[in-house]
Amino acid sequence: MRPEYDLLVIGGGPGGALAASTAAEAGLSVGLVEKRPAIGVPIRCAEGVGRDLLEEFMDPDPAWISAEIDRAVIVAPDGYRMSLEPSMAGSEVGYVIDRKRFDRELVMRAGEAGADIQVKTRAILPIMENGTVCGARIEQNGHVQDVRARVVVAADGIESKFSRWCGVDTTVPLAEIETCVQYLMTGIDIDEAATVFHLGNEIAPEGYVWVFPKGPRTANVGIGISGRKSRDGHRPIDYLNRFVRSNFPDGRVVEWIMGGVSVCPPLEKTVADGLMIVGDAARVSDPITGGGIYNAMFTGRLAAQVAADAIAKGDVSAGALMPYDSGWRTSKLGSALRRNYRIKEYFIRLTDEKLNRLVHSISRLDLAKFSTLEIIKELIRHDPGLLLELKAIRELL
Amino acid sequence: MLVIRREICGYCGCCVSVCPRGALELIDAYLSVEGECSSCGICARACPLGALEVADEA
Ligand SMILES: Cc1cc2nc3c(=O)[nH]c(=O)nc-3n(C[C@H](O)[C@H](O)[C@H](O)COP(=O)(O)OP(=O)(O)OC[C@H]3O[C@@H](n4cnc5c(N)ncnc54)[C@H](O)[C@@H]3O)c2cc1C
Repeated sequence: MRPEYDLLVIGGGPGGALAASTAAEAGLSVGLVEKRPAIGVPIRCAEGVGRDLLEEFMDPDPAWISAEIDRAVIVAPDGYRMSLEPSMAGSEVGYVIDRKRFDRELVMRAGEAGADIQVKTRAILPIMENGTVCGARIEQNGHVQDVRARVVVAADGIESKFSRWCGVDTTVPLAEIETCVQYLMTGIDIDEAATVFHLGNEIAPEGYVWVFPKGPRTANVGIGISGRKSRDGHRPIDYLNRFVRSNFPDGRVVEWIMGGVSVCPPLEKTVADGLMIVGDAARVSDPITGGGIYNAMFTGRLAAQVAADAIAKGDVSAGALMPYDSGWRTSKLGSALRRNYRIKEYFIRLTDEKLNRLVHSISRLDLAKFSTLEIIKELIRHDPGLLLELKAIRELL
Repeated sequence: MLVIRREICGYCGCCVSVCPRGALELIDAYLSVEGECSSCGICARACPLGALEVADEA
């Protein structure tokens, strides 16, 4: 690392990579540090991403696409399977990717654009002067170095410690962390073109079980449940083992994946003097699905664009960086996050009986497009009884 | 006192995100607890595998 950059990025996930490549392409000098020895490993993800969303950033490449998805199946607590067909395929079908290769590809692109990359290098402290973030102290193999920067981008994922060290409270409430375990399984009978979601308080309290195809007879089989539902004997690992025993008893597990994903509202403020917070670190993953790959890429890119502008104007105060914060909040992503948070708050209170009724109702809908928004809109039109219950959500549509 | 059962820990960082005091830090496969831990047990609830335990102080 050089002693000084225009932009210093903490974290080499999709958020950090997009910030680094966008900034380098805009002509800024950029350094990116990733504390793990390998980009994207171990993975903390089910690897599903919407087609439209991904293609906003890049063309799909067989090198990192594991499976193409054109159908989603929702399984109600009573076992009833509802299929959402290709004819109604919208933004929520797409690809299951290979994040080990995908994340590395994104970081390599940042490198090609001119960013300096250093792995196995951890930011251990911010450099602060008069309340302004001016860089970070980094450490690699016991060697400590101060790196100064006009703007620091905190893209350090779910842990989000860097912003905390700068004075921003990033704590995720226990009830709003989805605690997850996933097995990469082979030798199982699956529909290779469908993502499957299992709902129910017995199966996954305040969460869901997913089966995301990774290729022939291979899938990510995982679960997320609310932290407040997790305790000894009722942890994600216990629920997953139960699910696997009854659904894929003959499958082989070739990888364990653990992780946490936040379903809380985003941070109240994602900028400070000299600091911008992106991706999971800013708590912008989707409150319903837990999806955050696109959200990280979107916020990472926008942060770099605003940083380039602010640096050119010679003002990196929180006020000057604010167009980033208001930019993502007023974007389609920002309004989806607000709406989906409210919908999630409604969904987690449903009994299995109500969930059954909902899924059965949805299956009778004539959906033009498969998206959460479309489903809720149609539900309200279809089931007058539900109208009352969904009233709180209705005003958000 | 917070006990980390290393034979169980999957070093995923889920616990780090819920600690109200920022007392947990993850370096590769090694999770550590710093001085500010109040033994509140929130991290132990959040752990997907059950690797964390608040032990009574003897
Ligand atoms: C089980 C599970 C399943 C999921 N499934 C999906 C899915 O199907 N689809 C989807 O879209 N999203 C999914 N997500 C969410 C998705 O993985 C995240 O939203 C996404 O990775 C966020 O990208 P990011 O760049 O913000 O953070 P990350 O990808 O987490 O990257 C942050 C990086 O920062 C590094 N870092 C942390 N601290 C420091 C430091 N001090 N110094 C240097 N580096 C540091 C970390 O090592 C890490 O590599 C899932 C998450 C989990 C846990």
